[in-house]
Amino acid sequence: MDLQIALLLGQDGIVNGAIYALLALALVLVFAVTRVIFIPQGEFVAYGALTLAAFQAGKTPGTLWLLLGAGVLVAFIDSIMAVRAGAPGRLKRIALWDLALPAVVAGLVLWLEPGTLPLAAQVVLALAIVVPLGPMVYRLAYQPLAEASVLVLLIVSVAVHLALVGLGLLFFGAEGSRTTPFSEAQFALGTLTVNGQTLWVLGASAVLIIALYQFFGRTLYGKALRATAINRVGARLMGISNTMAGKLSFTLAAGIGAFSGILIAPITTVYYDTGFLVGLKGFVAAIIAGLVSYPLAAAGAILVGLLESFSSFWASAFKEVIVFTLIIPVLVWRSLTSHHVEEEE
Amino acid sequence: MRIKSLIVALVSAGTVSLAYADITVGVLVSATGPAASLGIPEKNTFALMPTTIAGEKVKYIVLDDASDTTTAVKNTRKLLTEDKVDVVIGSTITPNSLAMVDIAAEAETPMISMAASARIVDPVDAKRRWVFKTPQNDVQMSTAITEHMGNNNVKTVAFIGFSDAYGEGWWQEFSKIAELRKMKMVASERFNRADTSVTGQVLKIMSTNPDAILIAGSGTPAALPQKALKEKGYKGKIYQTHGVANNDFLRVCGKDCEGTLLPAGPVLVAAQLPDSNPVKKSALDYIGKYEKAHGSGSVSTFGAHAWDAGLLLANAVPAALKKGKPGSKEFRAGLRDALEATKNLYAAHGVFNMTPTDHLGLDQRARVMVKIEGGKWVLQK
Repeated sequence: MDLQIALLLGQDGIVNGAIYALLALALVLVFAVTRVIFIPQGEFVAYGALTLAAFQAGKTPGTLWLLLGAGVLVAFIDSIMAVRAGAPGRLKRIALWDLALPAVVAGLVLWLEPGTLPLAAQVVLALAIVVPLGPMVYRLAYQPLAEASVLVLLIVSVAVHLALVGLGLLFFGAEGSRTTPFSEAQFALGTLTVNGQTLWVLGASAVLIIALYQFFGRTLYGKALRATAINRVGARLMGISNTMAGKLSFTLAAGIGAFSGILIAPITTVYYDTGFLVGLKGFVAAIIAGLVSYPLAAAGAILVGLLESFSSFWASAFKEVIVFTLIIPVLVWRSLTSHHVEEEE
Repeated sequence: MRIKSLIVALVSAGTVSLAYADITVGVLVSATGPAASLGIPEKNTFALMPTTIAGEKVKYIVLDDASDTTTAVKNTRKLLTEDKVDVVIGSTITPNSLAMVDIAAEAETPMISMAASARIVDPVDAKRRWVFKTPQNDVQMSTAITEHMGNNNVKTVAFIGFSDAYGEGWWQEFSKIAELRKMKMVASERFNRADTSVTGQVLKIMSTNPDAILIAGSGTPAALPQKALKEKGYKGKIYQTHGVANNDFLRVCGKDCEGTLLPAGPVLVAAQLPDSNPVKKSALDYIGKYEKAHGSGSVSTFGAHAWDAGLLLANAVPAALKKGKPGSKEFRAGLRDALEATKNLYAAHGVFNMTPTDHLGLDQRARVMVKIEGGKWVLQK
């Protein structure tokens, strides 16, 4: 191994690490606010990438029908709840968010032929299809169980993951796809060539992380999420709706996931089930951070990316083993240095 | 309500006992999970198969094993005990097929596998005498590659394959044959189907500077190392295996796959075969039927393995019918004997000539070398 190879491996590791960092942040966010270990996070990566790829192949992505279907289901359940609760005033809101919004998105997709639009517009449309699925999944699968134990929520996560992977296979087929890169540019950096897309991944990740930081520090909604994360009951007594916090965190997680997928789709082939492994590595990073600290999660993600990249050079057959074994020393160290508060009993 | 469901139950019970006289074919494919890209065209192919053979009605019961061995075993038992099938066709992948061998032999029911490994049918022993298979052995394909490499002055070869049974099987077969041909294996790397980056492996391979590189992966995931190699400026020859022979691979790999060489079943380039080739007609027959149902360019070589299994069956049924009625033990034994006696059966992937020691029955007519040129498969003479 010489310096050249080390640099190339380092570059590769940091690019992958940036994606894992985004996913780790989303996982930490969702867990902190709702106590859900969000295994389906990876599915949003695949849905985002493959929806965009479907546009570029001139097809109507199946996720569009999922959005419409989930919207109708959510609207149906919420309407019944609203009428029962004697609050018909909520119906207007329900109709707007769960029926009108998906219908508008569907109308745009079917009418515009997204494959012919500029890339930025395609990305916006793909996000418009995938991101609303986040709060809808929360409404259908998690909200009725919001007070359940972490274990129950984890089991629900597994179920949601399997359902979404199955739907992914149905929508996109077994074979993978790639999308056109955001930029074809190449830069020479000493002996190293850097692709435009690589810079896009790094830049977008950095911007997103800073934006999240600002969101939590400066906005009312961000502070509401933090309050819920720190003390659910306390936050509720101060008038912060747990349901709102849950939906908002799932919207953010879906948005981060889908956008990560769109970022990596030009550099690697994305399959209907790619997201799971990518999400799992984000999860390793989130574990390193103890599922609480954002900066530690980002650092852990870079570590996972680098470890993966270098181990694929030295011992490619054991790459996954090495990456996932990382959890064990981290857990040992965590359990030795932190004191436990049993949540249930 | 209760009476209604009782009637439904009675009627359906009636149809089951009526159907008992038909030939029942149990099919197990991996239509979901990691092998879905192989299993789906196979599943589609069974919908095109004849509904009557030699005047008898044929009923196909198609189950999915989710590329999972446990599910494959469970579903095979279900087919054998509940549906009382006369023959089992499946499964798509080697681990599942190997697990099914015992169960089929125990039930004394013939089984036709659509998976690649030679171990499924070799050696033909007390259990494997019930088992047949349609895809070419990895050895046959490995020999085709090493032959081509030898003819093109390749001295050093690097290998990168899936870190599963597919990659491992290829490494074992290929490295053995390559050594015999005095080629030097300079690197052996692995990657995962779901990997998003193979930069590390590719850099390591390129540091050994091989004349040729063999990528042993199936479907579109095999495009990832190739794209990485081109991106890092590799100039030598790149070989793929027949696992990539579907059009999705060309779509994903694009211009990075120009000039790639691979061995494949003749069905992949059927239209380019000379008219004198006996396989041409039977292969085109399958392609025509499949593309009529699923659109042009949709055919894949994996579906053709399923088609060949159907041809073997259709060829064996008339002889078996003389031995006993469908559903009987005699019929199943007769079917086994007839399958073993298959002679000169022209199928989509070659010509089948079974013997009591060879339950595959394909010869070198079952493989051709193919090159990717201009985004198309081109037959190499």
